[in-house]
Amino acid sequence: MNELKTGLETQEYFINMGPQHPSTHGVLRLMLTLDGEIIKNVEPHLGYIHRSIEKMCEKDQYRMIIHLTDRMDYLSCHINNEAVCLAIEKALEVEMTDRIKVIRTIIDELTRLSSHQLWWGVMGMDLGAITSFLYGFRDRELITDIFEETCGARLTMNYNIPGGLMFDIHPNFQKRTKEFITHFKKKLPEYDDLLSNNVIFKQRTQGIGYLSKEDAISYGVTGPSGRASGFSCDVRKLEPYMAYDRVDFKEILSTEGDCYARYKVRIAEMWESLSIIEQLIDNIPEGDFQVPTKKVIKLPKGEFYQRVETARGELGVYIVSEGKVSPYRVKFRSPGFSTLSAMNKMATGFKIADLVAIMSTIDLVIPDIDR
Amino acid sequence: MFKSIYNYFSDIYTAVRSLLTGMKVTGHYVFHPKEIITQQYPENRDELKMFDRFRGEVVMLHDENNEHKCTGCSACDVACPNGTIEIISDWEINEEGKKKKIIDKFVYHLQMCTMCGLCIPACPTDAIVMSEDFEHAVFDRSKLTKVLNKPGSKIMDGIK
Repeated sequence: MNELKTGLETQEYFINMGPQHPSTHGVLRLMLTLDGEIIKNVEPHLGYIHRSIEKMCEKDQYRMIIHLTDRMDYLSCHINNEAVCLAIEKALEVEMTDRIKVIRTIIDELTRLSSHQLWWGVMGMDLGAITSFLYGFRDRELITDIFEETCGARLTMNYNIPGGLMFDIHPNFQKRTKEFITHFKKKLPEYDDLLSNNVIFKQRTQGIGYLSKEDAISYGVTGPSGRASGFSCDVRKLEPYMAYDRVDFKEILSTEGDCYARYKVRIAEMWESLSIIEQLIDNIPEGDFQVPTKKVIKLPKGEFYQRVETARGELGVYIVSEGKVSPYRVKFRSPGFSTLSAMNKMATGFKIADLVAIMSTIDLVIPDIDR
Repeated sequence: MFKSIYNYFSDIYTAVRSLLTGMKVTGHYVFHPKEIITQQYPENRDELKMFDRFRGEVVMLHDENNEHKCTGCSACDVACPNGTIEIISDWEINEEGKKKKIIDKFVYHLQMCTMCGLCIPACPTDAIVMSEDFEHAVFDRSKLTKVLNKPGSKIMDGIK
């Protein structure tokens, strides 16, 4: 029981946010304990979109696992595919050609850009600015066109296979990507004009949802959300995979740890992604786009782990093999799940409307959390 | 005292300016409608062209003599992660009196297909491809189960 200044007795009460709430971006149910409008506790309830992807992997052959990971974090599906492929390639001890490495890195960064563009649009929409949604999707359309032409699909691309890529890049790939870069370099300052410097947006995000560096580390908050709290966790820097060791880029860090810092880190990451693509797009080395592997892949007995940096944070793939055609156990360490666990820490003491801003800035993709 | 008054007015100034910068961006597109890239689907269905590699539903190629290349080897069936493809085979006796395996029905369950495209490289004779058709909606669920080989079609000569 709390007492307000008026002397009236108040009670804490519970409210359900979701599973069908537009700002949760999917079927996430949050059980809020409230005192008036102030959040006392947030308890996420999961399981509404559980499809048992990890269990399905146990019956599938290794080649077939990859298209399931498209459906986890669908906004960074190419990076998910790559994580599984890298784990399998590590187990098989096949060396990728330079061409594969560079193409995979370029498409990784394009995926990260498209994911951040969608996040930017949706974040504006959550906070009441529909315009940003339309503008974010406008620029994302050009990237999905590149994907559609080269990979064959716009969202669930399934372009990686163990041992390389499904097809070589389309002849138009380089031209289109360069066109996109010149286009987007002009449009990215518009994002700042529309949202970053907007006074309403700033007041709704600055100082909201603070997460300290210690909390970020102890909850395992990775990706842009962790880096906004000053936690240096970029797997691309820590354990360079593919062609990340040969490109020059900064790890964006911020110390503020509030919603606005998380927003700023993502915007700065878009600039970094653009510069990574620019460094690689002109000199894609010649070579094979596939390294021959057996038709039915059998991994040697053992345990294999590979981590990559998706648009949301660190994705880990852990494969336990018994030497058969399908794995004994597959475990995905998904970034969204860990980030969601820190929600209580971030949201306590703020208002319900701030919870929407916090949920937006930690960039939740519910199928990634539930798998 | 003076500082708080100054802050009050400078806050108003920055707020109005930030809103106007945003309005400038949106206003630009009001007067430059050519920069808007919206496509008017379904009005543009006739000229809408998908990319070559686009993965729509699986189709079997037939030539003008109603002949296809499928030998019924079930490689696509094995490669499929979801059990989408089901091949019902039959035996044909050719002129030399030898028994030869042919397909009776190549059943494709579109409702189970995830368009992953693993069946296409698995096919040794390039009999199936993924079409550019993306409008899969039907009113009856049974229409999603399709037989891909056309009625009366045969296997092409020389395909083994």
